[in-house]
Amino acid sequence: MIAAASVAAMLSVTTLPAVAQATISRGPRTADGKPNLNGIWQVLTEANWDLQGHAAAAGPMVPLGAIGAMPPGQGVVEGEEIPYKSEALVTKKANFADRLKLDPEVKCYLPGVPRATYMPFPFQIVQTPKFILISYEYANAARTIYMEDPGPAPVDSWMGQSVGHWEGDTLVVDATGFNDQSWFDRAGDFHSDALHVVERYTLHGPDMLMYEATIEDKNVFTRPWKISMPIYRRQEKNVQLMEFKCVEFVEELMYGQYRKKPAKQ
Amino acid sequence: MAKRLWMATVAGAACLSVLGWAAPPPKPAGYVPPRTADGQPDIQGVWNNATITPLERPADLAGKAVFTPAEAAAYEKQAAESNNRDRRGKDGATDVAGAYNQAWFDRGTKVVPTLRTSLIVDPPDGKIPYSAGGQKRLDAAAEYARLHPADGPEDLALADRCILWYTAGPPMLPGPYNSNYQILQAPGYVAILVEMIHDVRIIPLDRRPHLPGSVRQWLGDSRGHWEGNTLVVETTNFTGKSRFHGATENMRLIERFTRTDANTLTYDFTVEDPATFSKPWSASIPMTKSSGPIYEYACHEGNYAVPGILGGARAQEAATK
Repeated sequence: MIAAASVAAMLSVTTLPAVAQATISRGPRTADGKPNLNGIWQVLTEANWDLQGHAAAAGPMVPLGAIGAMPPGQGVVEGEEIPYKSEALVTKKANFADRLKLDPEVKCYLPGVPRATYMPFPFQIVQTPKFILISYEYANAARTIYMEDPGPAPVDSWMGQSVGHWEGDTLVVDATGFNDQSWFDRAGDFHSDALHVVERYTLHGPDMLMYEATIEDKNVFTRPWKISMPIYRRQEKNVQLMEFKCVEFVEELMYGQYRKKPAKQ
Repeated sequence: MAKRLWMATVAGAACLSVLGWAAPPPKPAGYVPPRTADGQPDIQGVWNNATITPLERPADLAGKAVFTPAEAAAYEKQAAESNNRDRRGKDGATDVAGAYNQAWFDRGTKVVPTLRTSLIVDPPDGKIPYSAGGQKRLDAAAEYARLHPADGPEDLALADRCILWYTAGPPMLPGPYNSNYQILQAPGYVAILVEMIHDVRIIPLDRRPHLPGSVRQWLGDSRGHWEGNTLVVETTNFTGKSRFHGATENMRLIERFTRTDANTLTYDFTVEDPATFSKPWSASIPMTKSSGPIYEYACHEGNYAVPGILGGARAQEAATK
């Protein structure tokens, strides 16, 4: 019985046309024949704590105990080290030392690119031939990838301007037009407004995306450098993005000093 | 476009507590919208719902449901002059608050094409039908706001706090500026990117159940389906903190999106909340095709309004002690 089933399975695979087999291995397709990236996705990595490899460590808030500790991560940077210019490395270290005050995530600011991808929150891709919307649960951040180049970014912004094209089955996104405000992680890794990110999204089967981002910023790094990580499809029945409108959660932190009566802590 | 770019770049939380309300739509029979690849009526594109038609019928237009063309032209002229008048006063507060003119606003210049005098189409008097209980709560909230205009951030408008803009709703009403939306459709979903404040409404079309009642969200929880060429969206699970015209968290919203011609998306909605309104009420607003693009409005990141308003209130108290 088992043998018969195996043979049947083998037969059904071997009788599929080559094109169909390739499609199965590369994942689903949209009506216009592109890899279908639609869905709700999330990373399983500690990159948001530190892109580079790091051991677990205590967090910056004593009352949070283990809840606030930094989970360990093997790192997502190709070649381990981010190639900082020497003066920029000083800034990164100062950023980390003062991260409770300086990390834009603490204040619920927009995450920028590529950090939006590996925040520990899901995001949803809504793919159409001309525009690909990525809606991030964190801080209701959003970006639209233009599949037709609209020309240079009209203004610097947190999420930048994203222009995409397909290279075979890989979505390649060229992101420019950033301000100098966002960080790459909670470790103080930063950039200037000269940031240029090239992202590559490639389906590996229906439920996994390989993500690569090449980061270039002549003001901060000695050369372009690359991160990569898998992104997984959220599998729960009826999964949906929910609200993480964190502005409300940081009002006491940011404006508590202006209250008529101080809030009870 | 240059003005829009400038507006988006300013990135400060608008110090506006004023609402701009907007307009209704034409329904040419027989328009057949194009279809998306998966067979949905295609409502994609960048849309704008700015209009000078108010949500509720103004008192001086009581009994008049529809303008004549001449009356509409006169109303538009008057609105343009009113929006653009110099409001600046001699003292600091009214100088700052009055410094907004047409250079800032983008409320539109036209009444809705139906020439209705209110966006509300039902009840026929164009007024929100508050129940006695709803009116009582609204009055109490207004009295509290009068006594406590700026004790803490919770006392300020959601737009000033960069939590929720008028255009996001839901329902999605025109705001003072940037009343822009981009709609995208993928199999099983309609997504609405609201320019203010980069809110995205992703509406599943698969008839799944709503989130549990214990989950409450600023934008509620939306479910959609197509009835012919009309996208019908039901939204529940609101938070009581949004207080849309005094509504409670039990508000139920039905929105209907119909592309009535190539450049018009007719947006109708009905609001139900028995604790606040004596009966459901409905409005109709035309959304007009726009060339875009949608800009990033990083409201919270540039919010000088909240510390300014609260800090100003504390300084004022200290000065009068």
